[in-house]
Amino acid sequence: MDFASYIQILDSTIRLSTPLLLACLAGLFSERAGIFDIGLEGKMLAAAFASAALSYATGNVWVGLLGGIFAALLMSAIHGLASITFRGNQLISGVAINFLASGLTVLLGQNWFQLGGRTPPLGVGARFTEITLPFADDVANIPILGPIYADLISGHSILVYVSFALVPASAWLLYRTRFGLRLRAVGENPAAVDTAGVSVKGMRFAAVCICGVLTGLAGAYLSTALSSGFGREMTAGKGFIALAALIFAKWRPWYALGACLLFGLLEALAIRFQNIDLGLIVLPVQFMQALPYVITVVILAGFIGRAIPPRAGGTPYVKEL
Amino acid sequence: MEKLPKWADAFLVPLVSVFIAFAISGLVILAVGEDPIAALQVMIDGALGSTYGWGYTLYYATNFMFTGLGVAVAFHAGLFNIGGEGQATLGGLGVALVCLFIPWPHWSLALCAAIVSSALFAALWAAIPAWLQAKRGSHIVITTIMFNFIAASLLNYILVNQLRPKGSMDPASARFPQATNLPGLDQVLGLFGIPFSSKTPANISLIIAMICCILVWFLIWHTRLGFAIRAFGKSEKAAVYAGINPVRITLYAMIISGALAGLMAVNTVQGEANRLLLNSVEGAGFIGIAVSLMGRGHPFGVFLAALLFGFLYQGGAELALWTKIPRELITVIQALVILFTGALDQMVRRPIEITFALFKKKEH
Repeated sequence: MDFASYIQILDSTIRLSTPLLLACLAGLFSERAGIFDIGLEGKMLAAAFASAALSYATGNVWVGLLGGIFAALLMSAIHGLASITFRGNQLISGVAINFLASGLTVLLGQNWFQLGGRTPPLGVGARFTEITLPFADDVANIPILGPIYADLISGHSILVYVSFALVPASAWLLYRTRFGLRLRAVGENPAAVDTAGVSVKGMRFAAVCICGVLTGLAGAYLSTALSSGFGREMTAGKGFIALAALIFAKWRPWYALGACLLFGLLEALAIRFQNIDLGLIVLPVQFMQALPYVITVVILAGFIGRAIPPRAGGTPYVKEL
Repeated sequence: MEKLPKWADAFLVPLVSVFIAFAISGLVILAVGEDPIAALQVMIDGALGSTYGWGYTLYYATNFMFTGLGVAVAFHAGLFNIGGEGQATLGGLGVALVCLFIPWPHWSLALCAAIVSSALFAALWAAIPAWLQAKRGSHIVITTIMFNFIAASLLNYILVNQLRPKGSMDPASARFPQATNLPGLDQVLGLFGIPFSSKTPANISLIIAMICCILVWFLIWHTRLGFAIRAFGKSEKAAVYAGINPVRITLYAMIISGALAGLMAVNTVQGEANRLLLNSVEGAGFIGIAVSLMGRGHPFGVFLAALLFGFLYQGGAELALWTKIPRELITVIQALVILFTGALDQMVRRPIEITFALFKKKEH
């Protein structure tokens, strides 16, 4: 393999990591506030559909993006209603959201476009195009660093840069602000936050809303940037890989970046090579596809670096009277 | 707040939840410009209007009974087994291996072997997350989700690289020998002189599913293990204090749960397809969640809910055939049933409880 191929693989790693990273950060906010979210997949799917449909209808990708965020927020509202207001089972609510999105996107898609659940391909204004960073063309000829800047760093859609910028932003919000402190506290010890006079429900709803906005971005990226249009079940388990990355990252933003890049790399490798020949053994493509899940199981089991979830995760808060 | 009478808790609450789910689905049908009443008519005609329709309804219902019972047993132990899909996938592998590589003289022997093998494979697949939860404290929901994906990749690998006949392009095993084919429901009912369509995939597995309903009922409410499972599910601390071993109960509950989910492969792989396909489970593992929630974890409830979902599945296929409503409508109904019977249970229950309390006051 030559240098250009490495650049290509890393380039597609960045593209494929972006939706994982957005969804992973979304899950991070929700779970850090004590709301388990296995509905990331469904929210992404709903957002992907809504943003592609609206982009197609209006010809404006920004309207589509807003539509995607709105759709994901609606799903988040259901999750919040079920798991915060009515103190229902958060996991069951997540499962319901996944199926709701899976059914509704095809049902509405077929009804609106008659393309078997797909949206029509999006035109130039209706999808996010690649941004060429300043001087990218000028430095492209410099050896090593030139291609890294021109091909790897430059030439992605705006959402890619947004998602990477969201990592330090999330870290700052969670660890350097009062809001972040309260959000984390609500996931560890809600009673203490309640005693301090902060609304547990309010904090948790805020976290679920942030989760909605971020999954909205993730879904919009899938259908309007990574590909041009929505296809049925296009999230294809990415929401669950993001969940896996979240556990791998031990619910921390910077670790999340690393985990998502790793899982993105695995996906990029699985797409580029069918089977990887290591000399002694041949790794089949199915092994590469299953690897993120296997890693997560191993991490969760605590065989390598134990992952401990937020302590109050999954349990509804009942105010003491 | 007064406790609801038993009948209201067992029947009224789930019925109201399902009614709300159906009402919203009706609105969805209206929203896409179709007539909900006409749609329901198409579904009833297609799923229940002929023995052909009934055959498909019962075939699907058989799958959902198995997966629903599986989820229910785990729920009784306070465990959410979301991995029925992967466990049934492995169950399919178990069925395929015994049907492909052992020359059976008669279907009844092949059936017994397939039951044992599918249950064994699936139980093993469920036992790993159970062990990890009990011993290592990893969350069983996450692990079983991951195991669904790992199972899919594993089966994909085995089908493509091992079981696929030479020269064949699609990832599926060879056809099973004729001798392993299960008798259809028409043959079973024919013994009693009941005429039934012979063109449906419904087969003798339905009887096995119904026997499993009875066995699970017996297990949960009439055995020591069942008591331990329920005690563990109600309060882990109290159960441990009473001398119940948490590791053992988690393992037993998940092994039984997985085995039940795996048994559905007898119906789909041996009973219908006669070969192992890449996606023979087709979401039945997840529908088990809806079925179990709706049936309130009781085998009789699971039986009824499985019939309802069998009807929905077959009716949905008919809808897609005769109207412009795609069969994904069923996925929406399924989601709403899970949402209202599972996550929004309090929202449905509170108004009913308040109504009952009002009536109680008037009596006094």
